[in-house]
Amino acid sequence: MPVIDVDRVSHAYGEGSNRRVVLSDVSLRLTEQRIGIVGANGSGKSTFVRMLNGLVLPTSGSVRVDGLDTRKSGREVRRLVGFCFTDPDAQIVMPTVREDVAFGLRRRGLSKDQVAARVAGMLATYGLEGHADHPAHLLSGGQKQLLALSSVLVTEPAVLVMDEPTTLLDLRNAAKVSGAVRDLPQQVVLVTHHLDLLDGFDRVLVFDETRVVYDGTPASAVAHYRELMA
Amino acid sequence: MSVLGLYQPGGTVLHRARAGTKLGVMLAAGVASVLLDHWWQVLVALGVVLGGYAVARIPARMAVLQVRPLVWMVGLIALFHVLSGSWERAFVVTGLIATLVLLAALVTMTTRTTDMVDAVVGLCRPLRRVGVDPERVGLMLALGIRSVPVVVGLAEEVRDAQRARGLTASPRAFAVPLIVRSLRHADALGDALVARGVDD
Repeated sequence: MPVIDVDRVSHAYGEGSNRRVVLSDVSLRLTEQRIGIVGANGSGKSTFVRMLNGLVLPTSGSVRVDGLDTRKSGREVRRLVGFCFTDPDAQIVMPTVREDVAFGLRRRGLSKDQVAARVAGMLATYGLEGHADHPAHLLSGGQKQLLALSSVLVTEPAVLVMDEPTTLLDLRNAAKVSGAVRDLPQQVVLVTHHLDLLDGFDRVLVFDETRVVYDGTPASAVAHYRELMA
Repeated sequence: MSVLGLYQPGGTVLHRARAGTKLGVMLAAGVASVLLDHWWQVLVALGVVLGGYAVARIPARMAVLQVRPLVWMVGLIALFHVLSGSWERAFVVTGLIATLVLLAALVTMTTRTTDMVDAVVGLCRPLRRVGVDPERVGLMLALGIRSVPVVVGLAEEVRDAQRARGLTASPRAFAVPLIVRSLRHADALGDALVARGVDD
């Protein structure tokens, strides 16, 4: 498993009187295969996961993935760390399903046939092969999120970060997405409000008011989170 | 809206033709259209384009859907020409607009966006010398095509929210949330592009 080192990371948006601190002095070493993150809205968890692939650079402190600093080696880190967002519509960038999955493989030095084979394999894995030439915007919410997931996984990242990937989905579609994630060989960092998705996870972090306030097993972390929110 | 200008999979000769060639033919047809002056010339051009639909095995229904949004505009133009000139002029102008729109739609429906983007990237390559990044131009084109249904979806949501709150048609109450949501979407899309390695 890749090792993610988060060293004394703080982050603030804005300046002067508009300055808003969203993360305060967070230090963690993530080595487990399944890591969950829960917390109230505005607790800093989304900013935290955006730091894991260098989308957000910390105001102070450092984040290293397998020894690569997100500040100095953003490109290499992004190749290692795939990111799946809450709203699939905002991350599907090409008009049709097949084209969107192929998009991530541009400039990877692969031949057209190699790209086609990898895309076809990915679409078959997630049950989208019948929609390959369909416009992405006509898919259901669950299919769109599976497409977004396929488009990230086709590049074979070592880590998959997911920021509330099931928040906009109904229970059936949420189960489809979580089922797809369960069998992945990758290290997964999942932010979620669907607490049952964390069953079987190795480690769960609870964020509250810009800090990690609990770090433990899913059962104990969820109990702590419920207590905190009561 | 959802069927406007979308790729229709197929293996016909038009599907297999190079995207650059198709774009070139479209451009040439647009330029040459100014030379057509008689009703029968327009009819021949229209016939050729409709023949293209038959060759590409695209149903007539799809062809009708491409020109339907033009009915009001073309109707007004035709009315103007009938009142100010002749029936023939009205036919030539409206017929040419319909022919060119049908041709553009035929190119879109028989060409994958990625092939179209690759062709545009190829065409822009000489511009690299003056500081233009061809890949970026291609990406802009793809994002433009992709964003149409997204913005239409946002507009529908804003209109529904207005109706649910009992607000009558107010252009400002429609435009402001639509612009705000579109900008938010653009922001999220930017993040996704960075995460997918576009800038790397």
